Amino acid sequence: MTGSMVNISKRWGYHGLDALKKASPGYLMLMGAFALLALAGVSVGLHGMITGYHHVYGVSREISWGILISAYVFCVVTSTGLCIISSIGHVFGGEAFMPIAKRAVFMSIIFMLGGFCIIFFDIENPFRMAIYNVISPNLSSNMWWMGTLYGAYLVFMIIEYYFLLEQNHSLSRLMGFFGLVVGIAAHSNLGAVFGMLHGRPFWYGPYLPIYFIFSAAMSGGCAIMFVSTLAWKINPEIMNQRMERAIKAICQVTIFLISTIMFFTIWKIVTGMVSHDKSLVIMALVTGDYAINFWCFEIFLGMVLPLFLLVRSRGNNFNMIMWATGLMMVGIFFMRYDIVIPGQMISVYHSLGVEEALDIIKYTPSFHEIMAALFGLSVICFAYFAGEKMLNGHQLEKHEIVPEGGYICPGCGAIHFMEEGETEEDAMKRHHKIW
Amino acid sequence: MNFPKIDLNKLKNEGTESVTVKERRNFLKLGFAITGVYASGKILSLSSVLNDVAYASGGTDFVEKYPYNPHYSMVIRQSLCIDCEKCVEACNKTNHVPEYGYRTRILTRKYQGQLDKKVEFIPVLCNHCNDAPCVRACPTKATYKDPVTGIVRMESKKCIGCKTCMLACPYDARYFSAERHAIDKCDFCWEERLSKGETQTGCSSACPTGARTFGNLTDPENIVFKLVHQSEESVWVLRPEDGTKPNIFYMKGNMVSVDNILKGQKFIYSDPAKS
Ligand code: SF4
Ligand code: SF4
Repeated sequence: MTGSMVNISKRWGYHGLDALKKASPGYLMLMGAFALLALAGVSVGLHGMITGYHHVYGVSREISWGILISAYVFCVVTSTGLCIISSIGHVFGGEAFMPIAKRAVFMSIIFMLGGFCIIFFDIENPFRMAIYNVISPNLSSNMWWMGTLYGAYLVFMIIEYYFLLEQNHSLSRLMGFFGLVVGIAAHSNLGAVFGMLHGRPFWYGPYLPIYFIFSAAMSGGCAIMFVSTLAWKINPEIMNQRMERAIKAICQVTIFLISTIMFFTIWKIVTGMVSHDKSLVIMALVTGDYAINFWCFEIFLGMVLPLFLLVRSRGNNFNMIMWATGLMMVGIFFMRYDIVIPGQMISVYHSLGVEEALDIIKYTPSFHEIMAALFGLSVICFAYFAGEKMLNGHQLEKHEIVPEGGYICPGCGAIHFMEEGETEEDAMKRHHKIW
Repeated sequence: MNFPKIDLNKLKNEGTESVTVKERRNFLKLGFAITGVYASGKILSLSSVLNDVAYASGGTDFVEKYPYNPHYSMVIRQSLCIDCEKCVEACNKTNHVPEYGYRTRILTRKYQGQLDKKVEFIPVLCNHCNDAPCVRACPTKATYKDPVTGIVRMESKKCIGCKTCMLACPYDARYFSAERHAIDKCDFCWEERLSKGETQTGCSSACPTGARTFGNLTDPENIVFKLVHQSEESVWVLRPEDGTKPNIFYMKGNMVSVDNILKGQKFIYSDPAKS
């Protein structure tokens, strides 16, 4: 037993429970707090399941997707985003992005599992799903494709992670590629679940599938920077020059993606204001009930503040990046909420001008719903903190693909390339301009 | 029978625009085979083209073919509805609808005229759409279009409760029933009445004014066929822009015209089935 443990620890960087025992009391308390929260969440969720969701949930006939679906969307968007951003490196060979691969893939799996935890408490008969998704598939349903593709995505990501641990780079690259393709297909289908609903003008159209992909990449960039800089707080040793370079590169990409999403948002608002069907919802976001969500969280915390801080950080002030991306994660959560709920606020009979459908429909998340959402989110946090310790900060000397003709520079930790007839030393000198 | 004082002729028609004879001819010249309804000069509900049932060779008119037989449908004569909600009661009782849900409801529309106020009641229910968005959206085929009758039904044991169909339905016709552990919706009383040999739904037989008429659209002798195929009054559907091809038709329900349509047959408003 111990023999094989040593082996795994060498090959995978798996340090097991011992690493947890060595963790500081504060760290363990934090993990304990998340474990308790997850436990509380799951018990409240199960209580709701037993009493019947319609007694305890805030969702209604008109607004049938509430905070649970928003949280689910948040999780799977982040998961897909992590996969997209990390694949720039270890699938497409963008060298600067390589060092983040292991942590990103690990977190991508965890976010996906967290999402499944949440959706478990939203779907009324989750056990039937396992059966009838298989024996009675509806191939024209986006929902079916979304579920099935995300299932496949999770499998690919787990296999990919295994090969990353095993340092079998060609297979991990192949799996990473499949994972990416399936993940993007799944994700655009999630957009289409919303975008192909008749009578929901706020969602209807090709906007959402496209927006979701860009938005996912943005969330992925944000999440990987957050978890990496937080890991650096936990254990400063994980930052070598390669990691620093990776953070810097991701920071640039994320800045670009935030700007893209800003454009998306601006045009959503502007076109929505002049659209007869949407203006009521848009006004609720801009000046009505959802104005705080929209301006304070989605716009300020989700985009403006992180954009400012990330630009200021120049990609190397890790404290600043950590705060920027941490707050941005909160903002992104509201971004998802602001898509899911407002799309249902207007009754389908509004255009008929009937008394029953004049006003926008209200929704307030109930205690049970919030707890069930917190269940999934705390599972993610718990797994993250456990992973950082048990997997040794996702570090091994080299867990990334080293391209042919390249080698890891012993000086800076980056990948260098040798030219014809050059020795490693010559190449290093050339790269570091010490001649 | 007392009816509220409503100026029938001044009520706004929210349906499709009128189509002139010329436009109608032009339309037919396109050579599209139409399975759907062409009523009172208004094209209401067209299904996909290139069906082998084409217009009659004479060229001035076309043969309609409905996709189902019997093709169940309901025609709602809106101005006859007095909001007594007897239909809703009957529906709840027949189909054991829990108190937090409904399969059908009556909407109220108010007009502020220059001299008076006018109220109009609009019964709504599942439209049993020919192109049903709920059926497309359901991941497990738990909701499906009955291949014979065209009724959109539920196979409850397959429903996973994802609620996608509730959002996909542009008529708010679905709710989740905790008792059934599945979505519940109007099935034209198939399970409780039609499959047991009845010819009317609970709501249509309970309606004291004949606002709801239920029947088979493929049968030229049937009341719904006659109401849809008359040319005195306009007939419309709700939300035609969604392209769902609904099977619930609305008309104002001007009595004189109805009598004309029925060509002198005495129409007993309390029991449309016996017309
Ligand atoms: S009205 Fe709604 S529930 Fe009924 S068939 Fe159409 S989409 Fe489905
Ligand atoms: S709630 Fe049930 S009927 Fe509706 S889409 Fe989901 S599985 Fe299908």
